[in-house]
Amino acid sequence: MEVPILKQGGYLIASIQSALSDADLLSLRDELAYRVGRFRSRGVIVDVTALDVMDSFATRTMRSIAHMLKLRGAETVIVGIQPEVAFAMVQLGLTLEDVATALDLEEGLAYLNRGMKRENTGAR
Amino acid sequence: MAKKEIDVVTPVPQVSSEATTALLRELVAHLRQNRTQLREEWARRITEAQLLTAMTKEEIFAEATSVYDNYVEVLESGSIEALQAYARNLSERIIPRGVETQEVVGVVLLLRDVLARSLFKKYQSNFDLLNRVLDAYEPAANRIATTVSVGFVQERERIIRQQQEAIRELSTPVLQVRERLLILPIIGVIDPQRSRQLTEQLLRGIRANRAKVVVIDITGVPTIDSKVANHLVQTVEASRLMGATVIVTGLSSEIAQTLVTIGVDLGKMKTVGDLQGGIEEAERLLGYKVITSGETSQLLSA
Repeated sequence: MEVPILKQGGYLIASIQSALSDADLLSLRDELAYRVGRFRSRGVIVDVTALDVMDSFATRTMRSIAHMLKLRGAETVIVGIQPEVAFAMVQLGLTLEDVATALDLEEGLAYLNRGMKRENTGAR
Repeated sequence: MAKKEIDVVTPVPQVSSEATTALLRELVAHLRQNRTQLREEWARRITEAQLLTAMTKEEIFAEATSVYDNYVEVLESGSIEALQAYARNLSERIIPRGVETQEVVGVVLLLRDVLARSLFKKYQSNFDLLNRVLDAYEPAANRIATTVSVGFVQERERIIRQQQEAIRELSTPVLQVRERLLILPIIGVIDPQRSRQLTEQLLRGIRANRAKVVVIDITGVPTIDSKVANHLVQTVEASRLMGATVIVTGLSSEIAQTLVTIGVDLGKMKTVGDLQGGIEEAERLLGYKVITSGETSQLLSA
């Protein structure tokens, strides 16, 4: 099951539609890393609204996506973690510590826009 | 449901032989005849044993009369439905007055004892007949004792369930005070079940109200154990995963101590002294700035 990755201005939006196998997750990671370079994206949103389970591998992959993309020059936000999923993750000790999270796509975009503004004003 | 349970406890012997029926009939006649005397004896024994101290003598006697009549009725008809209803009704009346389970069981067993003694007395000359009378009496009497005790316990459990339900509903309001700002005032002791429910409501509330900041106020919580403290921390982290910042306010010194003792990573948790401070901090995070109307007019005129 391939994850569609949409380009929206300077951002990429990967919207996960159904449960993913470990291999799917890894190909998502590689695909995002490639496209961030190709489109010179500044921000990436991974939408996990459709997932009703986030296991340790998925969480670790999300983290490594965020770290990899940071190194490639883009900021990552995970959006749409469901209440049940959030609590189950915390109970398993999977807290995505240094990864930005937001309620939904809209919030994720707002978060990235704020980040861009800060960067721009900081540069001046 | 009650009936089924009772059947399991004391299987009712099929009234097979006509002899048993006849004996029971004789028994009932005997109990009817000596109603006044046996009833008084029973009430006296109850007072003696210092049971039902929450009730007055007259009340005990009145209840004793109806229980006695019900008892005889069941012996006669073999149907316990009326007794079940009565037991429920009785329990409803006496539970709020603080009557304990052991008292109810004690009282019913006393009646059993009083009646059995009168039977011994009556049939003491004929041991065989006494044996057969007891064969008829014992199962019926046991069944009655179980019915009344189970009825009492069930009523008690029903009340407990009802109250738990009420507490659950009252316990955790999630309130929106500003656009995207929720407060969650918690009052009273948090047990593991309540903390689970609290988390659930908070996370749902975050999604439903699209909250960005949540203030959890635990001024009204005297102490928490380490399990609940950990749960609280987990709730804060789960909220972060959903993109909301949690501010915990009103930590008592005991709770602060607990959190430090279990070694909570305080970097993950924003804490502010009181609810007012928490809301102010939340407003700051959301970009609100509160000014008094006097200042606005000054700003406008300037």
